[in-house]
Amino acid sequence: MQQSNYLIRKVLFGLVTLAVVVGFNFALFRILPGDPVKAIARSPRLTQEMREKLRVEFGLDKPVFLDLERLKTGDVIGAFDTQFTAYINALLHGNLGISFRSRRAVSEILAERVWRTVVLVAAGETLSLVLGITLGLVAAWRRGTRADMGILLYALFSWGLPTFFLGIILLILAQGLLPVGGMVTPGLKPEDGWVYWTDVGKHLILPTLTMAIIYTSSYILIMRSSVMGVLSEDYILTAKAKGMSTFRILRSEALKNAMLPMVTIAALNLAYTVGGAIQVETVFSWPGVGRLMYEAVMTRDYPVLQGTFLLLAVAVIVANLTADILYSVLDPRVKAG
Amino acid sequence: MTMQQLREIGRAFIRRPAGIVGLIMLLVVVLVAIAAPWLAPYHPKDKIDVSPGDLLTPPDSEHLLGRDDAGRDVLSQLIYGARVSLTVGFVASFMSMVIGTTIGLVAGYRGGRIDSLSMRLVDFLLVIPDLPLMLVIISMWGRGLWKIILVIGLLGWTVTARLVRSQVLSIKERCYILRARVIGASHYRIAARHILPQVMPLVIAEAVLAVSGAIIAESSLSFLGLGDPTLVSWGMMLNFAFERAISRRAWWFLLPPGFAIVWVSVGLILIGSTLEEIVNPSLKTHHLFDPRRMMARIAGRVPKEPAPDHTALVETERAE
Amino acid sequence: MMSLLEVRNLSIDYLREDGMALHAVEEVCFTLEEGRSLGLVGESGCGKTTVILGILRLLPAQGRIVSGEVLSKGTDLFSLTEAEMRKHRWKNLSIIFQGSMNALNPVRRVGDQIADAIKLHENANDGKQVEARVHQLLDLVGISPQRSRHYPHQYSGGMRQRAMIAMALACSPDVLIADEPTTALDVMIQAQILDLLQKLQKELALSIILVTHDLGVVAEMCNDVLVMYGGRTAEYASVDTIFNEAQHPYTRRLLQAFPDIANPSSKLASIPGYPPPLDALPRGCRFEPRCHRKRAICAEQIPTLEAVQPGHYVACPFREDN
Repeated sequence: MQQSNYLIRKVLFGLVTLAVVVGFNFALFRILPGDPVKAIARSPRLTQEMREKLRVEFGLDKPVFLDLERLKTGDVIGAFDTQFTAYINALLHGNLGISFRSRRAVSEILAERVWRTVVLVAAGETLSLVLGITLGLVAAWRRGTRADMGILLYALFSWGLPTFFLGIILLILAQGLLPVGGMVTPGLKPEDGWVYWTDVGKHLILPTLTMAIIYTSSYILIMRSSVMGVLSEDYILTAKAKGMSTFRILRSEALKNAMLPMVTIAALNLAYTVGGAIQVETVFSWPGVGRLMYEAVMTRDYPVLQGTFLLLAVAVIVANLTADILYSVLDPRVKAG
Repeated sequence: MTMQQLREIGRAFIRRPAGIVGLIMLLVVVLVAIAAPWLAPYHPKDKIDVSPGDLLTPPDSEHLLGRDDAGRDVLSQLIYGARVSLTVGFVASFMSMVIGTTIGLVAGYRGGRIDSLSMRLVDFLLVIPDLPLMLVIISMWGRGLWKIILVIGLLGWTVTARLVRSQVLSIKERCYILRARVIGASHYRIAARHILPQVMPLVIAEAVLAVSGAIIAESSLSFLGLGDPTLVSWGMMLNFAFERAISRRAWWFLLPPGFAIVWVSVGLILIGSTLEEIVNPSLKTHHLFDPRRMMARIAGRVPKEPAPDHTALVETERAE
Repeated sequence: MMSLLEVRNLSIDYLREDGMALHAVEEVCFTLEEGRSLGLVGESGCGKTTVILGILRLLPAQGRIVSGEVLSKGTDLFSLTEAEMRKHRWKNLSIIFQGSMNALNPVRRVGDQIADAIKLHENANDGKQVEARVHQLLDLVGISPQRSRHYPHQYSGGMRQRAMIAMALACSPDVLIADEPTTALDVMIQAQILDLLQKLQKELALSIILVTHDLGVVAEMCNDVLVMYGGRTAEYASVDTIFNEAQHPYTRRLLQAFPDIANPSSKLASIPGYPPPLDALPRGCRFEPRCHRKRAICAEQIPTLEAVQPGHYVACPFREDN
């Protein structure tokens, strides 16, 4: 019973957050000073056809939230014929607007590029988690020794290191040894099969490494703290009294307990990892949505910028919700409330 | 904070080498920033008459760090860049500290609806990805130093708020608070006179760490092209260097700004975590990393740092 | 006949962060014979828990065994390697701790945790056999076998303690050490647990070392009593002797502090003062600051443990003869 209560609350919160993000996205376009839509609508880069499309899609000549005039005449439905409704309507149809630069549908561009970011983030997170859990465990177990100090020093240092700068350093170091830009050597196509994929893999090494070096440290610290907390619990003493070896204790008693917070952390980390992905993709010209965002900033392609932000925010919200659900499933204590 | 508290903290700080090192690192940067006009050999915006051969030249006797792709002196840019980073860092962090402390104090002290609402807001902000949000806002709102400071400051208060709130919750129940209530002290007085001074040391420690976060945030924004175009910042130097110098392997342009960022950040982190350790030893490792937001979010779920003795996982030694 | 457990001159230190050695236990000796149980009595912080952790070599990282020997059925435990010690644990000496919430791993099923103990020491590969034994053990302590699939938080405090007892008996040890088994429980449950322990004592011919500050419990369950104070032995004798002929001033005061059913209206005496802090131990007798019979020499010299009669040892030159 308590578990479903907990879940309902979390889902509700997720939905509210989503709603606020959507609303915020809308407001951004229209309320911030220097309303770019109006400015862009006058931009010579847009064709007449595009301007009309913009006008229709975003209802630029309609009232923003509520048509008070129509409301007064009793036309309630018509009162909602506003920019906001048009926006929501467009969203629900998967319409995120049209790129100013390429004239393509934003949703199409995103769909094309998103998997590349997913691959990068997945690889980076996996490596970070593996390293973080291992090193965190070692640091906690060997607490106070040089190994622990070294690991902590690394964590401290990587907190002060901007992701993009680490990327630049690795790029300089690896020039000549590893491919340093793009996703694949020009000329290769997916149809080339194995050759293509290994090439992609090689291009993935540096970006993944960059992300891993930065994000491992937070996992290390949490794992370490968590394991230390676990190792001081009575049941560890009981386990040792039972005759378990240190290795066994770590594996069967400590690990599961200590890893419980990691689930939540990995998801919450996504909010931050996404920021890192933008930087890494920019430095290594990895053609994912992170790089897309950078390009959109450079070219003032606002629809793309907004669409990407929406995508990323939604992804993180969903990931967090999933993590909350997973956590409640994994920790039997939460089940009982 | 009382003078005595300050003195105690100072004394404890001096005993810790890590903190001293950090302080020195920070002071170097602060001094450089202050002394910029006298220290920098050239003004970074100087339009020097340049011939193509003067572009992207490596270090020499006239330009200790070489020249950038527009022929300007890199060293001077580096020195002036300190000003931007430190300004953004301290002002934004101060803003976050003020907002966060106020909200945390009110939420913790009043409890009830205000508390739940504030914490929902904190949860909400913690879920939204930072960099994309800042990118979108600055892109659309416009570039400028104050806009950057505002955006960073307005997004960075959440961790402080959580921290202050949990401190307040524990302090709230202590005897002297109840006594003050009985005497009839107003809520405001209690909060300001009794609770706030207790909370301040931890807030200061947090704020120092936040400065490094703000500096890195600014550098990331500038690197991605959203820095203030009228100023030189380390992040912007890296933006230019990356765009234009990387193929030429102009390391003198590429590396110094980045190292400067790392230098000042690490210095701040050393100071901040030392302060944290002094002020609240039980939090020892919880804040020493990025993102601190994670710990704010899962404050309840991770077991607290245990008393530093009981690790049964060690073989009992015989003393010789 | 070899005694089950023999502790000779055990001294244990804790190393503080600054390197200072705190003498937690000094020169403690006792012998546990088959069929007999020992009560280890003293105030909090007197070192009794440290003694048993030391015996099992389960001291925390900063604990050091300074000197002494522990013979478990003739085997010198301190001469074993860690691997050998591991094999020795639980099979010969098992322990139950104060029934805290987390004495059992909260994310593993109770039955699995008990099965662990069995699998570690008996080469039991047959899952069915192990399960049967787990059920048998739970039954022994009065827990329904179905509950072996449950998690610790689904047990009440008393049940958790009983589960720990079941786990401790998994390998049929000769000696069960119970460290304050009833302290965290309410009175009704305390009685249950003690009854259970007594039942097991009889049925399984189990020797129990009961660490407690409750003399009443000791009177019921133990044959011998070792009274500790400030890390040292104050008095060591059979339970009858302790209760009727105690001679150490501390023991006497301790007895006075407990209600006597035979004389309900007698005043309860408390002992003013506090046990000595480990980093500021007195040069002489540990109890001297609070002792009602002290003389000048008490603050200077540590009293030695003397046999006032066979089997009755007292560490006080000014003991109260009856």
